[in-house]
Amino acid sequence: MQTHKTGFISSCKAFVRDPFRMFGIVSVVVLLLLTIAPAKDYLSEWHGYQRQYLNFIRNRGDAITLRRHFVGGIHQIWIPQLDVVDRCETCHVGLTEASLADVKEQPFRAHPVMPHKLTEFGCVICHRGQGAATTVNEAHHSKMAGEEPILPARYMESSCGQCHQGPLEGTPKLNRGRVMLSRYGCVSCHSISLPDGTKLEATDNPPPLSHIADKTTREWIYAWLKDPTSYSPSATMPNFGLSDADASDISAFLIANSVPQPGDQIALPAQGHGPEPDPAAGASLYGESFCASCHATQNAAGNLVGGDLGPELTNVGTKVKPEWLLGWMRDPQKYDPSTPMPQYRWTDAQLKVIAGYVQSKSNPDLLANVHLAPATRAQIAHGKQLVTEYGCASCHEIRGVPKPDNFGPNLSRIGSKPVVQLVFLPDMEHSLPAYLTQKIREPRSFGSTFRMPRYNFTPSQVEAVTTALLSLTDRSYSLPLSLQVPGMRETKYQPAGQAGQIMTNLNCLSCHRINGHGGDMAPDLSWEGSSVQRQWLDEFLKNPNTLRPALIRRMPKFNLTDAERTTLTDYMMTVYQTSSFQRDEMPLTGYTPEQIEKGRQLFYSKYACQSCHMVNPNEDKGYIGPTLTKVGARLNAAWIFHYLKDPQAMRPGTIEPNQHMSDDDARALTAFLMAQKTGAGQGAK
Amino acid sequence: MQANPWIAGMLAVTVCAGCAHRQGAAPALKAKAAGTAIVVVSGDKQLGFTGALLAQPLVVQVNDDQGNAVPGALVAVTGPHGVAVDPAQVLTDDNGQATIKVNSRGSSGRYEVTAMSQDAHGKTFTLAVAEYAAGYQEEVGSEVNGKYCSRCHDSESTTEQVSNYDNLAVKPHSFASGDVYNKFSDADLTNIIARGGPAMNRSALMPPYGWTLNKAEIQAAIAYIRLVSDPPYAAPGVVYAKH
Repeated sequence: MQTHKTGFISSCKAFVRDPFRMFGIVSVVVLLLLTIAPAKDYLSEWHGYQRQYLNFIRNRGDAITLRRHFVGGIHQIWIPQLDVVDRCETCHVGLTEASLADVKEQPFRAHPVMPHKLTEFGCVICHRGQGAATTVNEAHHSKMAGEEPILPARYMESSCGQCHQGPLEGTPKLNRGRVMLSRYGCVSCHSISLPDGTKLEATDNPPPLSHIADKTTREWIYAWLKDPTSYSPSATMPNFGLSDADASDISAFLIANSVPQPGDQIALPAQGHGPEPDPAAGASLYGESFCASCHATQNAAGNLVGGDLGPELTNVGTKVKPEWLLGWMRDPQKYDPSTPMPQYRWTDAQLKVIAGYVQSKSNPDLLANVHLAPATRAQIAHGKQLVTEYGCASCHEIRGVPKPDNFGPNLSRIGSKPVVQLVFLPDMEHSLPAYLTQKIREPRSFGSTFRMPRYNFTPSQVEAVTTALLSLTDRSYSLPLSLQVPGMRETKYQPAGQAGQIMTNLNCLSCHRINGHGGDMAPDLSWEGSSVQRQWLDEFLKNPNTLRPALIRRMPKFNLTDAERTTLTDYMMTVYQTSSFQRDEMPLTGYTPEQIEKGRQLFYSKYACQSCHMVNPNEDKGYIGPTLTKVGARLNAAWIFHYLKDPQAMRPGTIEPNQHMSDDDARALTAFLMAQKTGAGQGAK
Repeated sequence: MQANPWIAGMLAVTVCAGCAHRQGAAPALKAKAAGTAIVVVSGDKQLGFTGALLAQPLVVQVNDDQGNAVPGALVAVTGPHGVAVDPAQVLTDDNGQATIKVNSRGSSGRYEVTAMSQDAHGKTFTLAVAEYAAGYQEEVGSEVNGKYCSRCHDSESTTEQVSNYDNLAVKPHSFASGDVYNKFSDADLTNIIARGGPAMNRSALMPPYGWTLNKAEIQAAIAYIRLVSDPPYAAPGVVYAKH
């Protein structure tokens, strides 16, 4: 050791004594030091990718073009007002090269077609990640607080939802998820408000439970609470994972807490006190009344057939009491004022038949094993405590239990929740999408004391809800107001006056949309007065015949009195008109045979309307669109003309293509269609 | 220093064990019976979002040379890179069928899952099942298809959606018929969709959608048509120069 040290010191001394040698060595060291910066630059990750890119395009047919477009160095998109500094293009070199769309491997693939320009929004607004970073690790993953990992592609639609608050054609998954947040009552417990200040509202319409003992039995409530899907696979009620004792106590409380509804038990004429089973007549009345438009039943193969606006009726006889069912069918709004079910105005005889038929849809096996001992006072008290703890009153109206405010955490900004604030399960991917997915799929896997219930969602439904939640970001609040695209908000429109009362009673808005409020099952009626002729509307309300043969959801027949019908017709013809044209600006009759003949030729050859519509019932077959055999007696000429010119302007979302028709063509077709008054195919070939 | 053979041996064993562990070697199943052919029962040609589990599992059946189902035959399933199959090895059940969950590929396009089994003489026979992984564009395209196209182009009627196929004087082609659509370039298809059949000398029963759908939606519809086409569509792509 000693020898080493003295050797080193003596060589140092020799070095200092020899200035030439010193100069030489110092120069070499300085030179080496000077190469560090360029070498570091050359060996950097992004430089490697750019070299790889040049190598990659070298042998392609489009190499010359690509080489000409290539500029080395760090590239960035800088948009100060959006707080965007994105250097992603430094490695993703071919992002804007259309000819690289066929490349499968990243990072050289061209960006797929998108509605926005890269230079307008940059990358991280949609993809998340750290745009300013120049290494893959730093850009794609989050290490420090405030950093976001790259958003997996399957949730990409959530990014559109930061600006676009309404449904978009290009974001099917996001649209589905947003509907589900309301449809499954998520927003009853978790309040979600949007940047424009509106609050999402539940659309699941849960029944009130204050008079539940009139409607059903404690045994049914118990079985339903234990597993809603065993009664109805399509139930929107989630599973709370209750123990037998808890379910028994809650059912005891709900029954004990229920008060009879005044006048709920209706007295029927002398013979027979309840519904009478008459299967044939019942089935036909059930069909005529188009109950299946809203209510589903399971067919023999076990598939659900029917709409989902009302509850599934496969086993409804096991649930409801016959007296209640009769009262409900006579006037549903008496039991539940907010029900979407219309008052059908059935006669007493019809009531018995339809109620008897519905009551017969039962499955006694469901409750065969439910035997509950009479409830004690303590059980009832415990039931009430559970009802409060689980927040049942967030959705259902329950006598004596106030609706809790903000029962679950507010989710208005859940899409920006930092990963460090989340508690993950062992072996779970540490990312927000993974957390949300697990939380929706199995909420209790995070701990048995959690109150959130489990929904019976398919994987694609879980993905849709996760996408909708991920769109609720901090950024959606910080974006400039000019970028906010508000959705079409549901208005509070209610028809007024006497007609309004009839329409509320018939619940027209459950299926039809008017002035921005209502369902989407049936046509929008906002401009119905401009569209149809008065006499046809009156006839239609008397006996709704089918306009679209391919549709299975149809308008039911309500037993309206003449006076009610006149009131409705008058109101609709007067109030529901468009301001874009005059109803009588074109005549209903008096078109020349030449015009009609020209229209016929256009109809059958140039526009080939017969592929979807029928004019001549003997020749034409198309049944995607409404039958046009008597269209001249149904629609106004001006409506037909303007509809042909721009279908989507008259009926937003219709699948009738805009044919970009000239005025002359549209006028001739209108003449031809207006000639179709009796259904004999006038002027048709 | 010379390497200690003991240590080297131990290292090799550990590495091998590590490899085996990483590949998740399932406990080897033993075939109880053998068939001669595999057929698809259900779950083929499904459209799934990239990286997501297919909605329906893949069900295959092993048959003997009489065409009878063989219970207890060993089926091994493999997918291309990025496709997860669960389980990778399975014995057919009492009905001679095996049910396999398939997790779609991460990049969009058509891919094939291969099911293998061996006959009594140890000869391997296979079945290739095509599935489709839909990226964002194909997903949007399938929505466009469902709303505007399938009423006529899909000849199958369901209770929810009745097909118009039978009512048309000139029958539209199913989007799966690759031998028809593969002949059209993207520009040709855009033309037909946007300007109607007559734009490409086809039937006027195909109406123009260029004033109803926007450009991105038409491109999405074409991406969807290309995805489900059978035989698969090969994009003209770029010509590679020879070295």
